[in-house]
Amino acid sequence: MTAILKTQKLRVEYRSREMRQGIKVALLGLDLEVRAGEVFGFLGPNGAGKTTTMNVLLGFVPPTSGAASLFGIDVRQPIARQRIGYLPELTYYYKFLTAEELLRFYAKIFGLARGETDKRIAELLKLVELEHAAKRPIKSYSKGMQQRVGLAQALINNPDLLILDEPTSGLDPLGRMKVREIIQRLKHDGKTVFFSSHELGEVETVCDRVAIIHQGELKAIGGVHEITGKHASLEKAFLEIIGFNSSTAP
Amino acid sequence: MKNIFAVAGVVIKELYRRKDFYVLFIITVLICLVMASVNIFNDPKIARYLKEICLLLVWISSLVIAITTTARQIPAERENRTLLPLLAKPLTRPQLIFGKFFGCWFACGLALLCFYIFFGALAAAREHQWPLLDYFQAAVMHWFMLGIVVAMTLLGSLVFAAPSSNSTICFVIIGGILFVGRHLDQVATSMHEPLRAIVNALYFTIPHLEFYDLRDLIIHNWPLIEWKYIVLALLYATAYIFAFLLGACLVFRRKPVN
Repeated sequence: MTAILKTQKLRVEYRSREMRQGIKVALLGLDLEVRAGEVFGFLGPNGAGKTTTMNVLLGFVPPTSGAASLFGIDVRQPIARQRIGYLPELTYYYKFLTAEELLRFYAKIFGLARGETDKRIAELLKLVELEHAAKRPIKSYSKGMQQRVGLAQALINNPDLLILDEPTSGLDPLGRMKVREIIQRLKHDGKTVFFSSHELGEVETVCDRVAIIHQGELKAIGGVHEITGKHASLEKAFLEIIGFNSSTAP
Repeated sequence: MKNIFAVAGVVIKELYRRKDFYVLFIITVLICLVMASVNIFNDPKIARYLKEICLLLVWISSLVIAITTTARQIPAERENRTLLPLLAKPLTRPQLIFGKFFGCWFACGLALLCFYIFFGALAAAREHQWPLLDYFQAAVMHWFMLGIVVAMTLLGSLVFAAPSSNSTICFVIIGGILFVGRHLDQVATSMHEPLRAIVNALYFTIPHLEFYDLRDLIIHNWPLIEWKYIVLALLYATAYIFAFLLGACLVFRRKPVN
């Protein structure tokens, strides 16, 4: 399988106010490859560098050194984002727009034709179960509904690669189950999903491969069973890989 | 261009779904209607004063709409994190800047149209005439002046993080240009070097927004300005708009958005 997301010796440094303008290294030579058609879980404790990696992949933050590409195109080129969908961790959208208007706006940016846009919007609103609220302003939505609008906007261009930053963060169990179902449906449709999560049980259920990052360094990469290895669960393997010792924990 | 106009469309929708424009329009209408209903001193020339006050309110309202709307565009996108899903699409940063500019500028244009139609109706009720070409010249010049203001504020919104500080600075700069900009060269003559050179340089660098103030033309029913001068003024405004937008693109180019 071909790699559609690739980073090579990716390093990101920035000036940190906490360190009195000292240099903080967010990513330390990250090498990553995500193959077409797989669901890839990107794990790490808070501050490990997961969101920074995604920010580089999406062109939000320039890398200090190294390279990152999507579909073989340098991430700094806007065209690299033509075939991707992105759901940020905290989803806020233009609250004065309705879900339908928001999706139409994003469809315009992807250059979708009017007929195709109408069809796609109807499909997505059905997928995320928001048909009944399509004409209501987003400001009247609950958090779960906003997260589902986020998923719909990420899918508007029928992307080949989905980048999801903690897609189930802050959702109730029902909301999480729905997001998981959508990810599995996308996998079934042959889409590639790259997502970060703290929900290790969820990652174990839906992912083909995972990578564990800690303090900006890649600690492990491989199939879920491969990483779990002799441990009882992915959670136990994860804790050991990041060096957490449960006997010393408070 | 489709990306630019898609972004502009959202900006226009935002302005007309918020209350700012309606509040300013209603206040202007109420003040002007109350004044128009009173026949002070039975003076037939009172219509001129009425027109002057109405146009002053239109100018103040349009500047408030232009600056406050533009100042919050990029900071609100950053604060609400709507910038992230937007820039994750195949949309370049210059397209976003130009989209925001055109959105704010067109929204100001629509607001201006409402204000000038109201002003025309009010003036016609008193003077029984419609000098449409005068109004057209004044409105177009006013709109291009607002173009400079919008572009300048957009650049400011990338330099200053808080919309309130940007708005205040823009109000002070624009007020300064409108009130003292035209006198800077005379002020410079009374100064010693190197201050004289600095003030002179400032005089030739700032956009002279007072060129676009044609209120006296319609207050005193003066003849039309020759169109070639109007075209030159519009070209002058376009040059400043592009200079400010270019600056905004350069500032925004490498700015992390997370």
